[in-house]
Amino acid sequence: MTLVAERPSAPTRAERRQARRRPASWQGPYVRYDIVKEFVIALVVVTMLTVALAAVLSSPDDRALTVSNWAQADPVDFATTAISELDGSSGTAQYGPPYTHVPGAGQKIGPIGLQSFAGVRTPVDTANDFVLSPLHTVAGYQPALTAALTQYQSASADQQGKWTSAYEDAVKKATFGPTGLVVPPGGYGPVGTLISAETTMARTGALDGYLLSSKQFYGTDYTKPLLFLADGSYLAAKAQSEHLHGNQWGMMNETGRYPGQAWLWLYTMWYQIPPFSTSGNADALIWGIMLVLTLALICVPFIPGLRSLPRRLGVYRLIWREHYRRVEAR
Amino acid sequence: MTVTDQDSRMWTARLRGAAVRALPPDRLLPDRQPSYVASWIYVFGVLTLSALAVVVASGCVLALKGPSWWHTSNVGLFFNSLHLWSVELFFFFMVIHLWGKFFMAAWRGKRALTWITGAVAFITSIATAFTGYLSQQNFDSQWISTQAKDGLNSVGIGAFFNVLNFGQMFMWHILLLPLGLGALVALHILMVRLRGVVPPFPAKGEQTVDEVTHLPLPTTNGSSAHGNGKSAGPMTKEVVK
Repeated sequence: MTLVAERPSAPTRAERRQARRRPASWQGPYVRYDIVKEFVIALVVVTMLTVALAAVLSSPDDRALTVSNWAQADPVDFATTAISELDGSSGTAQYGPPYTHVPGAGQKIGPIGLQSFAGVRTPVDTANDFVLSPLHTVAGYQPALTAALTQYQSASADQQGKWTSAYEDAVKKATFGPTGLVVPPGGYGPVGTLISAETTMARTGALDGYLLSSKQFYGTDYTKPLLFLADGSYLAAKAQSEHLHGNQWGMMNETGRYPGQAWLWLYTMWYQIPPFSTSGNADALIWGIMLVLTLALICVPFIPGLRSLPRRLGVYRLIWREHYRRVEAR
Repeated sequence: MTVTDQDSRMWTARLRGAAVRALPPDRLLPDRQPSYVASWIYVFGVLTLSALAVVVASGCVLALKGPSWWHTSNVGLFFNSLHLWSVELFFFFMVIHLWGKFFMAAWRGKRALTWITGAVAFITSIATAFTGYLSQQNFDSQWISTQAKDGLNSVGIGAFFNVLNFGQMFMWHILLLPLGLGALVALHILMVRLRGVVPPFPAKGEQTVDEVTHLPLPTTNGSSAHGNGKSAGPMTKEVVK
């Protein structure tokens, strides 16, 4: 009887697939490497470092501004902003999507207007949401205010425009005294009463309560009060004093001498240089650039030239210097 | 059909078998690394992971007490500071780790998915930190949200991701983004274990090693280390082959 060696069984389809997926084995030497011990030591070191930094440097916590703070600190700026909300000339009123319907509003990347395409998803009616509706909540106690509201809302749009324009001119010379807002006389009809009442309401904190209230008992959406605050110059002035403006690398900074979001340096950098620093489409253009750069970062392994850059730079010889010393000495 | 055949056809058994074949315990938690894994740059991966653990732990304490606690309590402020500084350290370590991996061209040898999961985790971390800044309920949150809205609105994202809505941003920060980041980090680490640490570029005259990984793991007696139960010493640089 002749013994015949058994033929090795052919690899299964799963084994062949796995072999294709798995790179060949490293044939060089190995070293002991205790990754669990390394992790535990790293965790202890990082924890101690974090505790030390937190104990010594703490963290910033400047109190949030309120509409009441604003109206008390700068009532004329508040009144100026309130009239712009009423006549629809404020930043929010003219913003376009996602807040308001304004023909032609919205940034574009070339011919593409993604802002307009997304549509108005968070509608804001600045005249009603920021001025008229809050005043209606307190008008019941003030006959003069009730009459002013009725007169304004029953007037034609043309008449309303004449009153608000006259008030906008007058409020530039307004002062604030013990009796409240003092605006030079003019042909602004009931608007003077409305804005004066709005300013008083804001200073007492009642306007904060109204803007924060929602249709239900609990609320977590601060869109309207934040838009109102941002339309004035009080919020921006405080930000400027804290070096937080867009042209002060504000996107990555935070209040106090803290590092902030330093990882946003590249995004922030574009806002500092032309043409972005002067473009009306700066945000959309910079987002477009950052989207392309982000995709490039993710796809580095597949981009010819970029994927070969590390080999050309040669920094790897520093990282693996022991390996190359050993190999080249052989 | 035998009982063994029936067992092996079970979905559960198949999934377990595939998982164990892909990542056996000694590949999942190896005690040997190729000799070229000998540089301080390798420490920054584990430092990033450690900082993330501190971020999550301090964030959990803040979550236990709610978003307003740290504004009125010194203990709360300290935990907020821990959260802030661990995030700063996390990004510092992660950026060095990322640059190190770029200089090594760590995507070579079928490791593209390892790079991609790491890069996407980096982007997700930026989004997570950003929503954290929006959730602070202080002046920084007010200013950052009112400024950031313009960028997001300009490309249509703001219509669905409203940075002025604290409730929405808070949920993204403490639930959705951490879940995504956790999954990405887990996948990234599994890919590192599956594909191994990228080998050096070949030296002059050396055969290309771009397509290698470091399995099976040899031991001092030259046999495979798989399942031999031997424990290795701590981070020694002794060449064992």
